[in-house]
Amino acid sequence: MSMPFYVAPEQMMKDRADYARKGIARGRALVACAYDQGILLCAENPSRMLRKVSEIYDRIAFAGVGKYNEFDQLRIAGVRHADLKGFSFSREDVDARSLANQYAQMLGQVFTHEMKPMEVEILVAEVAADSADDQLFHIQYDGTLVDEANFSVLGGDAESIRTRLSEGWAAGSTIGEALAACVAALAGPDRELSDSELEVAVLERGASRRAFRRVVDDELSSLRS
Amino acid sequence: MLPHFSTATDPGPDFAALLRRVNGEVPAVVLSADDRVLIAHGTTCVAVRYADGVVMAGDRRATSGNWISHRTIEKVFPADRHSGVAIAGAAGPAIEMVRLFQLQLEHYEKVEGSQLSLEGKANQLSQMVRNHLPAALSGMAVVPLFAGFDRTRSVGRLFQYDITGGRYEELDFAATGSGSIHASTVVKLGFRADLSRDDTVDLVLRSLWEAADEDSATGGPDLIRRIFPVVATITAHGFERLGDDELETRARALIERLDGGSS
Repeated sequence: MSMPFYVAPEQMMKDRADYARKGIARGRALVACAYDQGILLCAENPSRMLRKVSEIYDRIAFAGVGKYNEFDQLRIAGVRHADLKGFSFSREDVDARSLANQYAQMLGQVFTHEMKPMEVEILVAEVAADSADDQLFHIQYDGTLVDEANFSVLGGDAESIRTRLSEGWAAGSTIGEALAACVAALAGPDRELSDSELEVAVLERGASRRAFRRVVDDELSSLRS
Repeated sequence: MLPHFSTATDPGPDFAALLRRVNGEVPAVVLSADDRVLIAHGTTCVAVRYADGVVMAGDRRATSGNWISHRTIEKVFPADRHSGVAIAGAAGPAIEMVRLFQLQLEHYEKVEGSQLSLEGKANQLSQMVRNHLPAALSGMAVVPLFAGFDRTRSVGRLFQYDITGGRYEELDFAATGSGSIHASTVVKLGFRADLSRDDTVDLVLRSLWEAADEDSATGGPDLIRRIFPVVATITAHGFERLGDDELETRARALIERLDGGSS
């Protein structure tokens, strides 16, 4: 009878974390930040079909980096959770905090109990009536949930992007200024990102109901010029 | 807990299927003849096509037997940005159906990342009406109208239903509810292919007036309480509900025309 090798739990967790981090670092990064009229989400994404940023509910957006099929599965679960909750209670009762907690539970569960951790990092953003109440929940592959203020960076090379964004971002900036800061942070000093390599969306504070809107084509190019 | 399914049992972008998977099947309600009278019923709705799209309207009355149970009920709703749904029949299930239909369209759009075609939306509503058939046979029929702006063809289109979920696309106008015979006769006589938006709105208001005149379950404009029919246009700009000020002006003008004996 063969005996399995003993692996220390510390080592097992470390291996899993390394595995997940490696997978996430292979993909391109994504940033979200507040601007004067809402929240801007900006991803480096050459595909126009496979989205990293999308709508969850009236005032809630989802963004994910890493393995596409895994974060897309989480996105759909989030849409289902939100729509079911809004249908059985009321639209006002759907909030980002509860959704972020659910995501953290699920990712934590998978990280400790499944063969393979999910190679994803996700963001749940909610725009409120007042900018002070805007929320950015950043959830890691192991279920670590961080409530971030002003901006959030997901994906590989996050530390240097965060440093650049904190230099470029200013409170109360317009959407154009915020977009410029995000793109500059994503690109770094040695690269230029064209419109076709970007996926941009906003959660607009003033919207009557569905606050999520994609910024594409002419609007994107005029904001960047 | 986040709803999570295996690939084999995944309900896909269908919200109604998701709801069944989570809540289980809800048994159909069966009513006796006595109960039927006590349930609020909504009535007349019309939809008329014009150059830019469709005008949709419904009166505001709900009745339970011979009582007026609500004076300000709404029967015309946006289904999504470019379509609308109007309902006649048992008010409770009808409003629930509209809520589920609106959510079904939004849910599909969010999960799939693209909108259903107008035809696809009309078929979705057809399925919902068909699923409601057992309740309809026990006296809680819901008969909707569906209209929208077809963005691939750039025209307004309208669909009528029966209680079995039968879906019939109409070319120029459609009506539903107890006053629909009177309303559609008025629309039929006044309809022209080149009606402007304003003329179409006036025609629709006239049709609801005549329906209210002949059918006790249909409410006319109430100038004392300032209650007017819900009227909406559905065009390339989307679903837009007309303001009460405009409706009041038009209702007063209509009464003046009728009072003057010109028609």
